[in-house]
Amino acid sequence: MRHIIAVLLENEAGALSRVAGLFSARGYNIESLTVAPTEDPTLSRMTLVTIGNDEVIEQIKKQLNKLIDTVKLVELTEGEHIEREMMMVKVRAERQDREELKRLVDIFRAKIIDVSEISYVIELTGHSGKLDAFLNALPKGLIIEVVRSGPTAIARGPKGLTL
Amino acid sequence: MLSGAEIVVQALVDEGVEFIFGYPGGAVLHIYDALFRQGSLRHILVRHEQGAAHAADGYARATGKCGVCLVTSGPGATNTVTGIATAYMDSIPLVVITGQVPTPVIGSDAFQEVDTVGITRPCVKHNFLVKDVRDLALTIRKAFHIATTGRPGPVVIDIPKDVTDPNVKVPYIYPREIRMRSYNPVEKGHPGQIKRAVELMLQARRPIFYTGGGVILGNGSEQLRALVKETGFPITSTLMGLGAYPMSDPQFLGMLGMHGTYEANMAMHECDLLIAVGARFDDRVTGKLEHFCPHAQIIHIDVDPSSIAKNVRVDVPIVGQVASVLSDILRVYREQRAHLQPPSLADWWAKIQDWRALECLRYPDSETIIKPQFAVETLYKVTQGDLYLTSDVGQHQMFAAQFYRFDQPRRWINSGGLGTMGYGLPAAMGVQLAYPDAQVACISGEASILMCIQELATCKQYDLPIKIILLNNGYMGMVRQWQELFYESRYSHSYVDALPDFVKLAESFGHIGMRVERPAELEEAMRSAFAMRDRLVFMDIVVDPAENVYPMIAAGKGQHEMQLSPHHADRELA
Repeated sequence: MRHIIAVLLENEAGALSRVAGLFSARGYNIESLTVAPTEDPTLSRMTLVTIGNDEVIEQIKKQLNKLIDTVKLVELTEGEHIEREMMMVKVRAERQDREELKRLVDIFRAKIIDVSEISYVIELTGHSGKLDAFLNALPKGLIIEVVRSGPTAIARGPKGLTL
Repeated sequence: MLSGAEIVVQALVDEGVEFIFGYPGGAVLHIYDALFRQGSLRHILVRHEQGAAHAADGYARATGKCGVCLVTSGPGATNTVTGIATAYMDSIPLVVITGQVPTPVIGSDAFQEVDTVGITRPCVKHNFLVKDVRDLALTIRKAFHIATTGRPGPVVIDIPKDVTDPNVKVPYIYPREIRMRSYNPVEKGHPGQIKRAVELMLQARRPIFYTGGGVILGNGSEQLRALVKETGFPITSTLMGLGAYPMSDPQFLGMLGMHGTYEANMAMHECDLLIAVGARFDDRVTGKLEHFCPHAQIIHIDVDPSSIAKNVRVDVPIVGQVASVLSDILRVYREQRAHLQPPSLADWWAKIQDWRALECLRYPDSETIIKPQFAVETLYKVTQGDLYLTSDVGQHQMFAAQFYRFDQPRRWINSGGLGTMGYGLPAAMGVQLAYPDAQVACISGEASILMCIQELATCKQYDLPIKIILLNNGYMGMVRQWQELFYESRYSHSYVDALPDFVKLAESFGHIGMRVERPAELEEAMRSAFAMRDRLVFMDIVVDPAENVYPMIAAGKGQHEMQLSPHHADRELA
């Protein structure tokens, strides 16, 4: 099962490596990990996507909580939540492919954010599954480069992961 | 106004630190200069930084206070890593101060530079790199707070040399109280869970307490004794928990696990209620997990939530300090029992007595060769249990755990989790310094002792009258035992072909050496060794090279599949 865990961490040097080290030392899977400071500069928020059965996820949460730098965490996949990932795709866009690419961009509500004579950069945000679908829909052989942020997520409703 | 170096010293004084175990070097010279100019901290100069960490660890285990080390950058720091990992595995409070190269050259592969914070990260409770002298006092306070509260553990403070610059002075304020929004260990157990636990305890027909090092670390020994007496339940303990409950009490079934007693392991296997207190279901305890306590409901009391349900599913988890939870349980147990009659335990105790009757620790005596078990029994006889006993790792450690009866906590001091050979001698130094008038002995083997033998010089410098009880069988006994049992006696590199003359070795360090070869001489020799209250005596005791530790649960077997010594072959298992 795929789980998303959001963690508020002290924004200290080394906090990220403590989390990464924990996952490698205990043999847990990390699908993706994103981290950035929050509106409070002393706190970072990390979004972790991991795979495991219930017991493993329970241990992961306990071990994360045990880290001295961890202030608070929540497993977002336990409840209703919104998940978004951002992706930029550089594609070969020669004259004969441009119309098709623009149609796909419209269908997926993506944006073309850079244009050269022979290429586009396309930006797309959404659930990770939508990003996968877009990549699958692109005509074969046109992709030059893909960069994905990894998912971030937030719970639905008024409750927040705050201090 | 104080310099960083003076802040380090003053903060340690304000923490109430008595001893620092250390070794100087370039990156900590400013701190050593500040140490030279003060009079309240006692610095103990070890001969290898691993010894510093183990000595501080031994001090911490014997006293319950935080052990402190001070070492230089690079090799000074890396040499402490084994000691830090040892403390981490057994949850021992340590603060290890390491020097670091000056901040401007960090990352440039400077002389004696190593990423200490990176190297120690997986084996510390927490670590800090202090980059600004103004953060120093608060960081030291935090380090002691983290090391000593909750589930204790080692904390490393890495201090670059420029942060201790004697020419940079800042105001010094040492915070008494500290609050950390990210670290709030639980004290009290949840009342609802405590009630559920008591309900199970009052219904149990075959209950057992399984207690670990957490009872000792959490100073819960008194509460444990009261609860065990009140309930009349049998109790077994892990290697780390020995002494929390008196081993000579009839309710105590002996140690459990790989080399535990038959009665303890069988009682675990047959119990209907397991009350685990400050223990972590280590693989050396559980044996094969699928055979572990198949009929039991499990109550698990631990200060660390991540210990609970890590290896074994738990019915009633209780997170909290052992002493607090046990006294709450005792109170509720007394209240509840007033209203109902718990089931009789007579059948359960009868079953346990049957298992006991097997006398699983019995060994064939010899008049010609000293059996290691006999050596430990003699040690108990001579010291009357009034001893702090540190241990190295291997057969001698297991024999000591089986045959020495510890009736008090903090008397049995050994590396359980990491299993660090070389731990015993430096740990004994820490204990002897803490209790200068107490009898302190280190039980060891001829292989283990050589791993930190240099500390004999430290013992001389500080006149530490430790008794070294060396069970010399010429083998790495535990390795040899496994090779005999599981590798068809192919003794691959498990013997030492060029042993030193330990008597001369001890004498060359300024101590007294003794060699004992005959069983009849052992008691007298030990008495004379312990009579020398002011001298370190190194007893080289030649023991049976072929003796194995029994009973035993072989790797991959269940706790009910114990192997008894061949000596028991004539007796049927109950």
